[in-house]
Order: sequence, then structure tokens, then C-alpha cells
Amino acid sequence: MNDDVVGPARDRSFVQRYLHLDMPLLVLLALVAAGGLVVLYSAFNGDFEAWERQCWRLGVAFFVMLVLAQVPPSLLRRWTPLLYLAGVASLLAVMLFGTSAGGARRWIDLGVMMVQPSEFMKLALPMMVAWVLAREDVPPRVPVILVVVAVIGVPVGLIAVQPDLGTALLVAAAGVFALFLGGLSWRYIAGGAVLAGAAAPLLWFFGMRDYQRQRVLTFLDPERDPLGAGYHIIQSKIAIGSGGVYGKGWMAGTQSHLEFLPERHTDFIFAVLSEEFGFFGVCVLLVLYMAVVGRGLWIAGHAQDRYSRLLAGSISLTFFVYFFTNIGMVSGLLPVVGLPLPLVSFGGTSMVTLMAGFGILMSIQTHRRLWSS
Amino acid sequence: MTVQQLQDPVRERRLVRSRLVVAALAVLAAVGVLAGRMWWLQVAGYQHYATLSQENRVRVVGVPPTRGLIYDRNGVLLAENVPTYRLVVTPEQVSNMDNLLTRIRKVVSLRPTDLERFHELRRQRPGFQEIPLKFDLTEKEVARLAVNRHRFPGVEVKAQLTRNYPLGSTAVHAVGYVGRINQQELSGLSAAEYSATSHIGKTGIERYYEKRLHGHVGVKRVETNAMGRTLRVLDRDPPVPGEDLQLSLDVRLQKVAEGALGEESGAIVAIDPQTGELLAMASTPTFDPNLFVNGISLEDYRSLQQGKDKPLFNRVLRGQYPPGSTIKPFMGLAGLETGTTTPEETVYDPGYYSIPGVDHRWRCWKRGGHGTVNMHDAIEESCDTYFYDLAYKMGINAMHDFLLPFGIGRSTGVDLSGELSGLMPSKEWKRRVKGKPWYHGETIIAGIGQGYMLATPLQLAYATATMANRGKRLRPHLLRSATGPDGKAVPVPDPHQRPPIQLDKPQRWETIIDAMHDVVQGPRGTARRVGRDAPYQFAGKTGTAQVFGIAKGEEYDAEELAKRLRDHALFISFAPLKDPKIAVAVVVENGGGGSSTAAPMARTVMDAWLLRLRQTAQGYGDE
Repeated sequence: MNDDVVGPARDRSFVQRYLHLDMPLLVLLALVAAGGLVVLYSAFNGDFEAWERQCWRLGVAFFVMLVLAQVPPSLLRRWTPLLYLAGVASLLAVMLFGTSAGGARRWIDLGVMMVQPSEFMKLALPMMVAWVLAREDVPPRVPVILVVVAVIGVPVGLIAVQPDLGTALLVAAAGVFALFLGGLSWRYIAGGAVLAGAAAPLLWFFGMRDYQRQRVLTFLDPERDPLGAGYHIIQSKIAIGSGGVYGKGWMAGTQSHLEFLPERHTDFIFAVLSEEFGFFGVCVLLVLYMAVVGRGLWIAGHAQDRYSRLLAGSISLTFFVYFFTNIGMVSGLLPVVGLPLPLVSFGGTSMVTLMAGFGILMSIQTHRRLWSS
Repeated sequence: MTVQQLQDPVRERRLVRSRLVVAALAVLAAVGVLAGRMWWLQVAGYQHYATLSQENRVRVVGVPPTRGLIYDRNGVLLAENVPTYRLVVTPEQVSNMDNLLTRIRKVVSLRPTDLERFHELRRQRPGFQEIPLKFDLTEKEVARLAVNRHRFPGVEVKAQLTRNYPLGSTAVHAVGYVGRINQQELSGLSAAEYSATSHIGKTGIERYYEKRLHGHVGVKRVETNAMGRTLRVLDRDPPVPGEDLQLSLDVRLQKVAEGALGEESGAIVAIDPQTGELLAMASTPTFDPNLFVNGISLEDYRSLQQGKDKPLFNRVLRGQYPPGSTIKPFMGLAGLETGTTTPEETVYDPGYYSIPGVDHRWRCWKRGGHGTVNMHDAIEESCDTYFYDLAYKMGINAMHDFLLPFGIGRSTGVDLSGELSGLMPSKEWKRRVKGKPWYHGETIIAGIGQGYMLATPLQLAYATATMANRGKRLRPHLLRSATGPDGKAVPVPDPHQRPPIQLDKPQRWETIIDAMHDVVQGPRGTARRVGRDAPYQFAGKTGTAQVFGIAKGEEYDAEELAKRLRDHALFISFAPLKDPKIAVAVVVENGGGGSSTAAPMARTVMDAWLLRLRQTAQGYGDE
């Protein structure tokens, strides 16, 4: 109790002590989720039933967060290798027995429910990388780096061949962030960047499916196919741009309500927000997102052990990649990658994973004192 | 935990924290990029994207103007717009289409072609667009549908205006008809002006005055969604209806003319020489223009197009006939005016004509000949030999130059499209077109209106009116006045005056007209039986055109030639002699002699006009 290495541990409130919830993070997430529901209501154009379903999903996701927040990091750490191996095994199972949907094989049908192992890997992978790095020297030496690269590469490869480029990207990012925070020397980082640059053409010619290449080409020049693949981007940019500074008003977005905007309640919901709430609304969302990432990084910086630090940092930065990629894609900065806008887009699975990650963050923040001194 | 880590926890934490700071800065920079991108799109690019968004959502839809009506000179309606009803189905509102169609057939009779078209359109169009199931519902069907409306969700009866010609075939060749706009016409039209219009004038007045009749398209700005479904009307700019046109035709006289032709194929044109107004223009056989309005069936069209009497063929404008003896008064005038002959000079007609050094004899229609004739006799009795001689002496080029101003071989410029120009040959023409020199024999037969010379009934009427006017020329026309949508008169251009034909001695008009008078009312006139009992004085000239003399390649006669070798009967006339009020040209195909067939028809028309109709016709009644 008297150890003050961890800072403001003294003024813990009730929720922090007994529910293991981090108030600042909880408030931020609730704000984003509430705002998201407002935008989603408009995107559904009054389809109350679907909107209500999303409310329930959010409830479930927050509940999962609450559960995860109760699990002490030490326990999580102990189970990490097992969780990771289970994840890799289930990815292999997907490859062998998975259920196809829309040209991709991503699901396992367990009879009672469908599970998506790649989602699970979004958390299991950074945990595993943190687990490996926490056992080794700082900064990590080459053999350790190679082990980590393998730990990242195997599941990412398995996800990429499903194919699910968006998730593969997020999972890889989660692992790489953990490695980066773990102290990977700048020399290796530079080397890795060069290697990635060299691999890009190889990826283009051998690693990518045709539709993925199309996406990249369309990203480079949406007008190439204005009614086909480029249509999404063009309409999305029109929606965003026509929002102006203050937007057209809630429920008054013509692009979305007149159905010019595709995927408006899922991947392209950011365009609905931009159209109806303008630059102002966009800035509010960006500030909230930044605050979430900031709080996550703060938690990482104040975590009590290396495993927690790396895991918390990785989860926070992955969240950043999430919204950055989505907004970048919707606004035409990045190619179209099927990623939802976190906490706003309609959809359940990825939200649950996301909130589970925040649950771990809260656990790291709220369990500090109990096992530090 | 490894030993090293335990040894150096402070260093490890510092490293992680520095990395976290780097990451935080990177996040800040990246969010800055996003914010910059948003600023670029939403603030800098606002105008651009706002415009695009507006264009996306607002569609401009044309509203068709109401087509102008067409009246005759007395206000009798010739072309009108009547509401018709069509049955439309909106597929997305129908749960079981087959079931609906089965049930609806009990109320409305549907032909297999209706269903075929319906299914075809259903494949092509989005489900929210209504698809026509049947056009031209009868009143009974409309009533039955109204009663059963609740049983057919997604089914509607829509009213629209359809062109209708209440008099049917009467004056069809003058009024013309409208039909659906075809691809070829579409390319020549203003896309905006015709965006909502489905029909366009195809022939006659409907075509020539398309611009006046059509009006101006209205505009409706509607909000649509990405699928093109109209959600609401934002604002509208109503269409301007077309002008109502009043023609110079008198439908009563038109009916007289068409009745006079009866079952014959032919044409009658009646002009008011003092104004150039066409009082009647009949071309027989006729057809019902209403067949064409909503698409004529293939069989109907084929029978009209290929029938042996070719009802679609507008003989007034496009029938080119050898003028035959009707050219003689004009030839006589040419002889006098060119100084080739005088009224007193005589020619001996032994029944044929020959020229030195040529064996051929050109026969006069009268065996044994007319004996010694002067110009008056030659016109009155239609002596061929006299005119062979006159033509030979005058030469083809002098004839050409004199007859051209009368409109022979030149379009009259009537306000109808598709007029043919006939043919007035000359040496130069033959060299240019046939690549051959001119022969004397061709000059000689040209003297009696045979050979290459061709004229349309309208040209004959125009030449006759010019003769009646003693050289005053007025462009023949049909449009009398136009009324705008506000009920006020719209100016009609009046370029009807043309420079008159001036003779050196105006007395020569009377010489010829006097002879024409004796054709119908003289003791030996070829048509004296027709003019004998007329209560007014008039002038005329018979003509008989030899069918086998027609130049080959004339689409009109080529195939009938073998079957019908009878001559065409022609007659031109005007009345009264002084201050003429009507000029008539009659052509009866294969009608035999001009005096027996064509002249009585002209008399019927003149009688009707001068004795009955003119007194009550608009523009004359108050005289």
C-alpha cells in the first residue's frame, strides 16, 4: 500500500477496486459507443429492430469486457502459451474443415455456434509475443526475434490464406507492436521496413488474390471503375465532402438515406457520420479515439511487469490501427480493406474481441497493486 | 522471469516507456493526417462534393407539353388529344405475379403479345417501376377495373393524352399523323426538348409544323435514390403547350373532292388563286391515320405500303405525272411571248405532224386532223399537231425557260414536307442527267406535255392559279393562323408573294384564258359537256397522259404499267374568269380521258365551292 511506484493507486474508487474497471477508459468507450449508436440509427434509416440488435451486442461486448477485467494479468500470462496454441490449432482446423462464406473460409461450425478463430488471434498473438519477450533479455536478441517472427508469421499466414486481409493485417500489427515496444533495435526495424518494401512486389504477384489486386488498383484510381469497385470510394468521398463543417444534420444525409452510399451501416459508417455531422463531428470522434489510445498507452506505461506493458501497449496500438485503417479507407487514403469502424459499425464479432481487449487493459490497470508489493 | 530482467527492471521500463512515447507521437501524427484529409474533403472540397451530392440525388425529369390542335378554316377539329387509359403493374407491390395475371384476365382481355411485352419489360426494369400491361383500355374495362381495384394491389389505370384524328381518313394527306419517335428521328432532335415526348409528326402538317405543335417541355426536379426511384417532387416548371393551327382547308370541300374521286386513285387540288391558300387537297385512296398513332401492326402496314393503290402515297405532292395536254395553254402563252407565233397564225393539221428529213409521223389525237387551226382553236380542240409545230419552232430551251416560272419542274414550296419537284427538261438537263444529246423528237412531244416532262397535281394547280391570276404568283400553303397557349394569335410568316410573271403584252393572258374558256364553254371545246350548264363562267383544259410514255424508274408506276395501261386523265380549271376564286387540278390515274373522267370532278368541286360552301366559309362569308 505504501509503494508508490505505480502512481495514483491511492485514490481508487469503488468501481476500480471491486469491479476492476478503469473509469476514464470506460467513460471514453461509452461515449464512442453511444455516439456510434446515434450514427447507426440514422444509417439504419429508422430500422429500429436492427438498431436494437446492435444495442444488445454492445451490451454483450461490455459484459465480456467486465468479465475479462476480473481476470488478473498473472493468470492470463500463465495461460498464454496454451491459448496461443489453441488459436493456431483452430486456424488450422478452419483451413481443413472451415465453413466458406463469400469466397473466404473463416468460420468453424461447432454445431451450437460459429466461431472465428482469427478474431481470437487478435488477442492471443500479442499475448504470446509479450509472453516470449518477457522471458528474454532486453533488448531482444536475434534468436528471440526470429522466434517472435515465427510466432507472428504462422497465424498471420493462416489468416491471410483464408483469405482475410483485414484481420491478418490487424493480427500482424498486434504482434509487431508488441515486438516494437519490447525494444526491438532500430536497426532491425529499419531492416524490416526495407525487407517489407522488397516483399511488396512479390506479394503483388504471388501473394494476392485477384480481387485484392483490384482493390489496390481501385484505390490508386477510383475513376478506373466508377460504377464497379470504384463506386464505393467515389460515393463515400462525396458523402464525406458534402458534409462540410457542420454536416447535413442527423438523419438528413442524402448520400446515405438515398442509398448512394454502400455498406453504410458497416464498413462505411464513418461516411454517414461525416455527412451528417461534418468536420466538427469527425473531430469529436477523432479526439475520443485518440483519448482511448492515449489512456491505453498510459496504462501500458504504468503497468507493473513487462508482459502487461507489452500487451497493454499492443492492444492500444492495434485499436489505433483499427480506426486509422477504416477512416483512411473510407476517405480514400488507403485501399479498401474490409475493416469496421471500431465501436460504431454494425456487427458483433469484432466488437466483442475489441471489448475483450479493453477488458484486459482494465485488468492490467486495476490489478496493479494487488500483486505488486 | 530471467535473471537479466530482474537485474535491470528500471532500464527495461525506461525503454518501453520511450517506445510508448514514440508510438504516441506516431499516433498523433497519423490522426493529424486523418484530420487533414477530412479538412481537405469537408472544408476545402466542400463545394465540389456538395455539388456532386446534389447531382446524385436530384434528377430533372421532363414533363411533356400538350400537342397543339389542328383545325380546318371553319374551326372543324382535324387533330385532337384524347385521354386514353393504360393498365400498369408495379411488380414489387405484387406478391404473386402469375396469380395476379390469371385473375386480372377475368376482368380485362389480354392478348399473348401484351403478356410477352410485359414479361420482357419486367426483366429489364427495376421492380418499383410500373410496367404497362395493356394500352387503350376500353371504357368498360376501366369501369370494371375501378370496381375491382381492391382485389389488385400494384395494378393501376393511368390516363394519358393520345393523338386522335376525329375525321379519320379525311384530309389525311394534308394533316398527316404522329407516331412514336424512332432512333433516326431521335438523333436529329433536341434531347432536352423531347425528353418527355413519345410521339412526333411523321407526315403532313403534323410533321412540317412539328415545332409549333410540339410546344416546350416542362421540367420537374425530383429527388431520387441510388436505384432511380423517385421519392418526391422538389419543384416544377410547367410545360408550354404547342400552338393550335388553323389550316386553310375547308373540310366540306375536302370531302367533296375526296367523294368526287371516289374509288379512283388520283388527286384533286383546289387553291384560292388570290391568296395561295389550299382549299382542298385530296389524294386517294386514303387511310386512317389513327392506326399509326400507337404503332401500326405489321400486317396493316404492309397492306398500306404494298397494296396496289398505295394509300400512303401522297399523290398531291409526290405523284409525278406527264401533264399531257394541260400544258398547252402555257405552251401557247410561251409561243406568243417568245414571238414564235401570233394568235392569228394558223397551222394545217392533217392528223399528224412531220419534219423535213425525218420519216416519223407524230399523230394528232384526232384521226384525220383538225384542218386549219389558229391558237384559239388549237387550245379549244386540243390540237396536237399545232403544238408539235409550235414546240419544234420554239425549241426545248425556250420552253424550259418560260414554263419554269409557272412551277413546272420546280417545287411549289408548299408547307408540307416531301414535295417532289416534277421535271421540266432542257438540253442541258439531258446532257447532265442522261449524258445524251437532245433530239428534235423529244422537243415535239414535249409540246403536248409528254416525254420527260412531269408535274405533280400541286404544281398543275399552282400553274393554273398563276394563269388565273394573270401572272401574280402566290406560294400555295395550308397554314392560315396559329394560336398560342395564351389564346392569342401567334404571327405566321407570310412570304407567300412571289415576283409576278410579266408579259410584254398583258392582253396575251386574255387570249389564252379566252381559249381555255371555250374548252369548257365553247361550241367545240373538248370539255364542253362539262361546262355547258354551269351558272358561272370558267376556264379549263383537259389532258390525257399516256402511261406507257412514263420514264422508267418512276417507282410509282413501274409495276402497275403492265396491268394498267389506261391513260391518266387530267384536268385543270379555274373560275370565275374575272377575279378567279378557285383553281383546281385533277389527276385520275388510269382514268382514261381528261374530259370524261377528270373534268366532271373539277366541276363538282368548283360548284360546291362557288355555289354553296364559299358563302359560309371563314374568310369569305362576309364578302
